[in-house]
Amino acid sequence: MLTKRIIACLDVKDGRVVKGVQFLDLVDAGDPAALAVAHAEAGADEIVLLDITATHEGRGTLIDTVRRTSRGLFIPFTVGGGIRTLDDATSVFDAGADKVSINSAAVARPELIGEIGARFGAQAVIVAIDGRRKSESSDPVRNAEVFIGGGRKSTGLRVIDWAREAEQRGAGEILLTSMDADGTRSGFDCELTASVSQAIAIPVIASGGAGNVEHFAEVLGRGDRQGKADAALAASIFHFGVSSARELKTELAQLGVPVRLPC
Amino acid sequence: MNTPGSSKIVVVDYRAGNPTSVVKALRAVGGDVEVTDKPETVESASMIVLPGVGHFAATRFLEERGLAAAIRSRITQGVPFLGICVGLQWLFEGSTEAPEVAGAGVFAGCCERFVTDEKVPHVGWNSLSIRFGSRLMKGVEEGAYVYYTHSYRASKQNDTVAITEYGGAFAAAVEAGNVMGVQFHPEKSGTVGLTILKNFVAM
Repeated sequence: MLTKRIIACLDVKDGRVVKGVQFLDLVDAGDPAALAVAHAEAGADEIVLLDITATHEGRGTLIDTVRRTSRGLFIPFTVGGGIRTLDDATSVFDAGADKVSINSAAVARPELIGEIGARFGAQAVIVAIDGRRKSESSDPVRNAEVFIGGGRKSTGLRVIDWAREAEQRGAGEILLTSMDADGTRSGFDCELTASVSQAIAIPVIASGGAGNVEHFAEVLGRGDRQGKADAALAASIFHFGVSSARELKTELAQLGVPVRLPC
Repeated sequence: MNTPGSSKIVVVDYRAGNPTSVVKALRAVGGDVEVTDKPETVESASMIVLPGVGHFAATRFLEERGLAAAIRSRITQGVPFLGICVGLQWLFEGSTEAPEVAGAGVFAGCCERFVTDEKVPHVGWNSLSIRFGSRLMKGVEEGAYVYYTHSYRASKQNDTVAITEYGGAFAAAVEAGNVMGVQFHPEKSGTVGLTILKNFVAM
């Protein structure tokens, strides 16, 4: 049976992990390469590395970070943050990434999705969407809007329309972050996630709002009020009252969510 | 024919995705790996790995560059061959994804798109049901999970040594003598995948 994926996310700045999951037994808790391997060994199904470096010098560091991080990793590895061109993507793939995540650059120039897909395959292109409910609308969920630039700039695009366009242009997956839920720890935006997941055939990775194990079960579930996500991003596993992805997945299995176990 | 440690594994690069991960994983299990797009390098290979993601039409490059003939020749000579994802699909007669492009025809049948109410592509970790006696799957436990990302698959047939269920059973792994293929990505399937690659490298 196809399982639901738990994806560990590392936020990296200038080659260092700046937030997210910490492992107590690591000598260097800020080293992305060590953390990624620790996550894989602790049962994560995939690793995402998001580069939040603002400086040009830091961008050069990224490729070295990707190369070091991918070296000991034998599960799917996605890199996102600041990828604007096919050349940017190519250098990240050559350094060992399996997929790239593109966000603002895809909105600015949607052809980028197809360009990367044509060279590296659709499965290698994740389009990340930061969405916010349109509270003043008659249907705030279906009219939820896409934001870019780290959530600072509105686009006027509907999340559901942009997800469909990304799919048509050859995206392999959608990483959907709810700006309303992000940081609240009160649960994923299951309605928004379900609306997108039902509108497209490619997988949807839910992100933003997780506070406990039940929240993951809700967004990965298939019932009327649940999120229908294919995967969920866990940016800070220790905030969910569990010690590892393996423990999170063990509890999810008890809640009836199909997960990869043993792992 | 080969002394231990001297086997050169040739990974064929035919512009169907990036072979970096496959090369890295083969090296991690002790393989001596060379990446090539040249038929003459394939002709001297001790082992051949054909990776590949994306569209079946990409395999046209194999015929155009003389790589297909070189691979077929080495296969006939008994060199171990492993196709991964599109590399497995190429071993069949073809794929409805690109009906104008012929496969190698080592295995009977044609790859077809999933017919299911589930999402297509099939992306993520799914479980294996393994036939006893497979050399490639030796040491892999029944029900072990491997990582998939694909929309087309081959049906189960005589040479299928592992199946996965997604809208019915499909061929997860095929094996006939020295010719093997896996639809999943062993290079992305954690310790299970490395076990499979290690089995191959040891042949």
